[in-house]
Amino acid sequence: MPEYNKMELMICLAARYLEDGSTVVVGTGAPCAAAMLAQRIYAPDLMVLFEAGGFGPLLPSMPISVGDSRTFYRGLVAGSMPDIMEHCQRGMVDYTFLGGAQIDMYGNINSTLIGSDYQRPQVRFPGSGGANDLASLCWRTMMITPQDRRRFTPKLDFITTPGYLTGKGAREAAGLPPGTGPYKVITDLCVIGFDEETKRMKVESVHPGVTREQIQANTGFELLWADDLGTSEPPTEEELRMLRQEVDPYRYVIGRG
Amino acid sequence: MVTGPRGEGRLFTDPDVDRAREFFRQKSRKMVPKVTTVREAVERFIPDGTYIATGGFGANRISTAVLHEIVRQRKRNLAFAGHTTTHDCQILTAGGCVNRCDVAYVVGLEARGLSRAARRAFESGEVEVTEWTNAALAWRFKAAAMGVPFLPVRVMLGTDTMRKSAAVEIECPFTGTKLVALPALFPDVAIIHVHRADVYGNCQIDGIMISDLDLARAAKRVIITTERLIPHEEIRQNPNATAIPYFLVDAVIEVPYGSYPGNMPYEYFSDEDHLRLWLEVERDEAKLAAFLDKYIYGVKDFTEYLELCGGIERMRQLRATEYLLDREARGEGGPYA
Repeated sequence: MPEYNKMELMICLAARYLEDGSTVVVGTGAPCAAAMLAQRIYAPDLMVLFEAGGFGPLLPSMPISVGDSRTFYRGLVAGSMPDIMEHCQRGMVDYTFLGGAQIDMYGNINSTLIGSDYQRPQVRFPGSGGANDLASLCWRTMMITPQDRRRFTPKLDFITTPGYLTGKGAREAAGLPPGTGPYKVITDLCVIGFDEETKRMKVESVHPGVTREQIQANTGFELLWADDLGTSEPPTEEELRMLRQEVDPYRYVIGRG
Repeated sequence: MVTGPRGEGRLFTDPDVDRAREFFRQKSRKMVPKVTTVREAVERFIPDGTYIATGGFGANRISTAVLHEIVRQRKRNLAFAGHTTTHDCQILTAGGCVNRCDVAYVVGLEARGLSRAARRAFESGEVEVTEWTNAALAWRFKAAAMGVPFLPVRVMLGTDTMRKSAAVEIECPFTGTKLVALPALFPDVAIIHVHRADVYGNCQIDGIMISDLDLARAAKRVIITTERLIPHEEIRQNPNATAIPYFLVDAVIEVPYGSYPGNMPYEYFSDEDHLRLWLEVERDEAKLAAFLDKYIYGVKDFTEYLELCGGIERMRQLRATEYLLDREARGEGGPYA
């Protein structure tokens, strides 16, 4: 079995969830690598979008910014932010990837601040950027993130971006488009989905060499476990070859694994 | 119309469209030359307290020259649309110029990390904040550009982002769908860097527009810096390419490499070394002060800053990076061909 690091594993797992012929808004880093890998193996007609206005670039390298010139290099459209966001709002965008400082059991995300005084926070983070927009409007939201107790927390300091809010039916009650919401959280320990009844995080597969106890110990709230809990399928040789030779030859992202 | 909860945040600008129309009624439509200097444009159009908005995307197609001049002239109590802002936010907060901000994205430089100077400004209470999202601010510009007081949208619902915004929940009068009413945002001044403009302010932009088409129409005043001034006839030869018509524009300044150290599509890539230097010196207030003295207060204009940063030779390297020429020179052609 080929050797791989955690970042490579997370990227390969994420890439397999992107269906051919679908649309995805990505940021820089691991999500972009996952989309590029998916295009080369599983989803040649995956349409990659960037929130600043880039449509379908043939990325020559990892973008540094979601608005830099790589994001529309040999692309289909050099569009605009309202254009991208309106495609999302109209229901034409299937997937998005997000990150954040804190995430709770319903997949709500905080990327705004740490602390309790809004005008004088302990730590000010960037804020929503496009995250709230994309998680509100795209059909399926995914995260690629390291898993630890600080990040996987029972109560967020600030709900920047909606997951399932307080559970089943809460998104719809709040007025968010029905049928949208968090889909998968891919961590360095496991793959997490969301329980149909409670909309809480439910572990679907455990990465090779990782134990259930280890996963729960790295989570600040109680996880649910799938009845058919499996082991995550490690990267194939083909995935690793594409990832290392074509997607990220300079190891900008996979070097962080 | 049924209205629901209202965000607690302060509305820093007036969404009243009739007052906006009164302003636009008296705005000159004369097609006269508007070429000026960065210094004059900032002196004339950006008094203390002005609400400004920057075009581009943080460190991509930004008007660094104007942002530096705002710092150099020690402007104070500006309000700022924190829409996709990264290096622009970093410059303005390092200069202590801002005291109010509509935040969608601030403080960060994307994958490069967080700006300490910007964090200090936003954590000390020095900057009063109202929370939004990137799409929300883009659509607030769009509402203003359309001349309507608000736009109904489907973001921010159910979150603290909504609670700390100045938006209002409403019900659709046709379908009953719950929506968020975003107030129109008419900035006092938009600062936009473009590829080409004529002396009257007709502008061409290559690559993605981000939110600049709406921003240019929403703002009461527009300052344009341009990589190149072009003859008016070039505009008339290709009217499809005109992104911003002259009658929106109040000042035009030719500033080659004007987005440096940011990226300018089809011209030059970002100078990641210089942006890293910014992030490093911000860790120490004395070092930041010395850095600002050297690169902003201590130079008379943007040309001197470019010289300090390596001048033409550095710009040549960044152009090679933008066009992937370094790779071709190594014989590594055909990326994902």
